[in-house]
Amino acid sequence: MAEEVKLFGKWISPFSRRIEVALKLKGVEYEYIEEDLFNKSPALLNYNPVHKKIPVLVHNGKPIAESLVIMEYIDETWKHNPILPIDPFEKAMARFWAKFIDDKFWAIWPAVKKAMTSGGEKEREEGIEEAQLHLNTLETQLKEKKFFGGERLGFVEISASLIIWVVVSQEVMGVEILTQEKFPALHKLTQKFVDDDVFKQCVPPWEPLVAYFKDQLGALAASK
Amino acid sequence: MADEIVLLSIWPSMFGMRVRVALAEKGLKYEYKEEDLQNKSPLLLMMNPVHKKIPVLIHNGKPISESMIIVEYIDEVWNHKSPLLPTDPYQRAQARFWADYVDKKLYDIGKKIIWSIKGEEETGKKEFIECLKLLEGELGDNPYFGGENFGFVDVSLVTFSCWFHTYESYGNFSIETECPKLVAWTKRCLEKESVSSSLADPHKIHNFASGVRKRLGIE
Repeated sequence: MAEEVKLFGKWISPFSRRIEVALKLKGVEYEYIEEDLFNKSPALLNYNPVHKKIPVLVHNGKPIAESLVIMEYIDETWKHNPILPIDPFEKAMARFWAKFIDDKFWAIWPAVKKAMTSGGEKEREEGIEEAQLHLNTLETQLKEKKFFGGERLGFVEISASLIIWVVVSQEVMGVEILTQEKFPALHKLTQKFVDDDVFKQCVPPWEPLVAYFKDQLGALAASK
Repeated sequence: MADEIVLLSIWPSMFGMRVRVALAEKGLKYEYKEEDLQNKSPLLLMMNPVHKKIPVLIHNGKPISESMIIVEYIDEVWNHKSPLLPTDPYQRAQARFWADYVDKKLYDIGKKIIWSIKGEEETGKKEFIECLKLLEGELGDNPYFGGENFGFVDVSLVTFSCWFHTYESYGNFSIETECPKLVAWTKRCLEKESVSSSLADPHKIHNFASGVRKRLGIE
């Protein structure tokens, strides 16, 4: 029976993007369905009734939700080009760091959004400071533990591509947050997602992504 | 060389208990070290420098943190008996999804019932019951979340059951009335030695919670 793989996602979402990267690394063909999160499709609501979120992978009619769960599923189903390490301890470490990065992102992104959508200079500064506080935690861990194998695009590296979204927000706001000076290790990592042909896959088309967030900002400013 | 296994935890932690259940399921001997979270040991700070939290499993000197990551590690290393995750990738994904759901929802919502200032308990209670009902629905008519066998999701949730009495007392509701099948499931799990020997006594948990609430000034 032919494989039927569908991905319900949102092109601007890093969580959706990482699934596309995983599928591409495995050479799996899939149908991509772009969701409108303000008008979720009946299919999405049917496939992820618990969280009603993207990404959702549907493999031969069976749905899987939660991006890290999906990534592990992809790695276990299509066994070539492994994304996770084989050794149980290394695997546990990879899972730990991916979760750490995800959790940190949910602290960083609201701060970045606050800075992006703020009315005043003071609020913007506060948002940036908050984001940098959390980025600092990531920077420390990156420098000390070298949690990125660095060379191969694996489970942790794919998850860490979340960082690019901070860089996007910089361009949108015209303000630097993730400076090379303050965050040398993180900065080096973000460069990899820009320069390396394989790592680049983690980043959606740059100009449209920046334009999207600029639009969002504009819409918010207009509504104030 | 014999395996050296150390578990750093605190006795009331439902997260630490998950690791105890998993270790017991595999029939493993280990050294348990009780931590004092007001005075964390140098060992804990060294073994979990990122979060400085329990539980931490130290296997032959190498530390693993985050309870369900530890449980999965235990399942993979000691795969000779009592598999906690199924072999089929789709079923594994479902198990991970539901364990993640328990992690994302139950603890934080439960906190509103027990630790919050007056007023949040009602919202917390409503959300908590909704979560339990969803989980009960997922259990269905199976004896365990793992199907015929006790598994990964069972481990993630069963340790909350010794806290049920505390949630009920401060939320003023009965989990058995709301979710009878789920309570039946907890009793079924408690028949297993690995579970009954790992879970704390519900009344001791209640006393512990009462003590914390007094310290927080909300009792």
